Amino acid sequence: MSNEALTLSEQILSHAMGRPVRAGDLVIVEVDRCMSHDSLTPEVIDSFRNELKAERVYDPDRIAIMIDHVAPAASVATADAQVLVRQWAREQGIRQFYDVGYGVCHVVMIEEGLVSPGEIAFGTDSHANAYGAVGAFGTGVGSRDMALTMATGRNWLRVPETIRVDVRGRFRPGVVPKDLSLYLCGLLGLDGARYQTVEFHGLDWLDLDGRETLCSMTTELGAKAGIIPPTGPAAAGWDVPEWLVVQEGAAYARTIVVDLDELTPQVARPYATDNVAPIAEVGEVPVDMVFIGTCTNGRLSDLQAAARILDGQHVAPHVRLLVIPASHRILAEATADGTLATLLAAGATLGTPGCGPCIGRHMGVIGAGEVCLSTGNRNFRGRMGSPDGRVYLASAETAAVTALAGVITDPTGL
Amino acid sequence: MATIWLFGDDVDTDQIVPGRYAPYMNSEAELAKYPFIEARPEFAQEVQPGDIIVAGTNFGCGSSREYAPRALTAVGVAAIIAPSFARIFYRNALNLGLRLFEIDIRDQVADRRQVELDLARPALLVDGQWIELPSPPGWLREAWDEGGIIQYYLKHGRLPLEEDA
Repeated sequence: MSNEALTLSEQILSHAMGRPVRAGDLVIVEVDRCMSHDSLTPEVIDSFRNELKAERVYDPDRIAIMIDHVAPAASVATADAQVLVRQWAREQGIRQFYDVGYGVCHVVMIEEGLVSPGEIAFGTDSHANAYGAVGAFGTGVGSRDMALTMATGRNWLRVPETIRVDVRGRFRPGVVPKDLSLYLCGLLGLDGARYQTVEFHGLDWLDLDGRETLCSMTTELGAKAGIIPPTGPAAAGWDVPEWLVVQEGAAYARTIVVDLDELTPQVARPYATDNVAPIAEVGEVPVDMVFIGTCTNGRLSDLQAAARILDGQHVAPHVRLLVIPASHRILAEATADGTLATLLAAGATLGTPGCGPCIGRHMGVIGAGEVCLSTGNRNFRGRMGSPDGRVYLASAETAAVTALAGVITDPTGL
Repeated sequence: MATIWLFGDDVDTDQIVPGRYAPYMNSEAELAKYPFIEARPEFAQEVQPGDIIVAGTNFGCGSSREYAPRALTAVGVAAIIAPSFARIFYRNALNLGLRLFEIDIRDQVADRRQVELDLARPALLVDGQWIELPSPPGWLREAWDEGGIIQYYLKHGRLPLEEDA
């Protein structure tokens, strides 16, 4: 008797196909949501207009355009490119246009409800895996794939195998979803989930912010998607299709069990996201800059956690603390509840909601010989500026205690 | 003849073209100057059209930036041969018609070795010996041969798998 049970990815792609599909199948799917940001949209437009000779996008209400990667524009070249993107979005009747200052594309997509459980969403950004936080199949594509999708409404996919991560227990104080993500990066490696989905179980209790961190970081495992079942208190009020439910007996490529009670704060060292160690083992690493922000860990709960640690204290001499709320809404909320005032009093400086220096383009890139502890998602050589700078990745909690101490510090040691 | 450029495992897109060298930051015309500008500065200066990259696992990991493989096509890289490729890089290369072959031949070549590539076969001639290169499944190879997914769509008026629909 054949096994009928499907993984969440298989369910979503089967629903889109109108027939059961399995890992390994090549399918053409209708894409429910497209997100494209300022960094690649000029190339999308070029391909859409000049290669495809397309005139209209398939459905302007299924497309969102974001200006976040270099926002505000840092040069005439980027300003000119943004002019093109704005004009094109207007010309195409794309109303879901989020200009400079709204925030990082993935965070805005979820905040604004632009992606829903059970949908297939493509983004011109590798961290589109983040949409799995709401139970969507989110995946990153390049500019030609996006142009083709915007023109036709569809594209091809290989139905991915799934790695199941069974999470047990609860985070100890000072240990957070980012530590789980980094632990998995260290365990599985940069290609540990290549072409696969990472499906998390045992996290019904986890809030949306934590789900976004976990799903976005599956990109660093090479995953096509990361997904958490849209159940539990965080999912209350979401419009979850009745067919999207965890099915017992679905076939997983492998299952990994993680006991959160045993997990300690983790850090990824230069120059790879899988060069991970417990902070207790990294030795004394002085930092020049601490960056709290990005789609991975620039949400309100991250800022609040940092503020609780920094409250009434000041960052170490010679340490720059850069805080970039991931969205305008988060900035407004952090202003209203006093979080921002606490951070500023502790010596933080503030950037415009968006990607900031994460891609090494502006607003706080690092120089040769400098060390940055970032709450972002990537630390490849040259990622955040000089190829002779060094980036360590960790949680907002670790970032805050590190800013106080001036050396990379375990937040559970407080 | 073509020259082999040998790389290791996990060559990431920040090595291939760092974010601040994107066309968005500079201009499309400059892209050919930037492949491996920091990781291997002599590459962009010395690479010749038709040259081949041989690398380890997970080539092209990281960002969705299509300008990474496009920078390689801009200098005329004919093919990349590696045991595995990161998924977005694979799609982008397909979409650009940049040929990828999933096989580990690092033990059979050396950096800067002169070889001959026969894309039709496909195979690589190294020291008088042909190394057969694996082809991707049917429609993928067809799309590759036609210059990428967009060229395929324009030529056929449909996406690859839709012939079976």
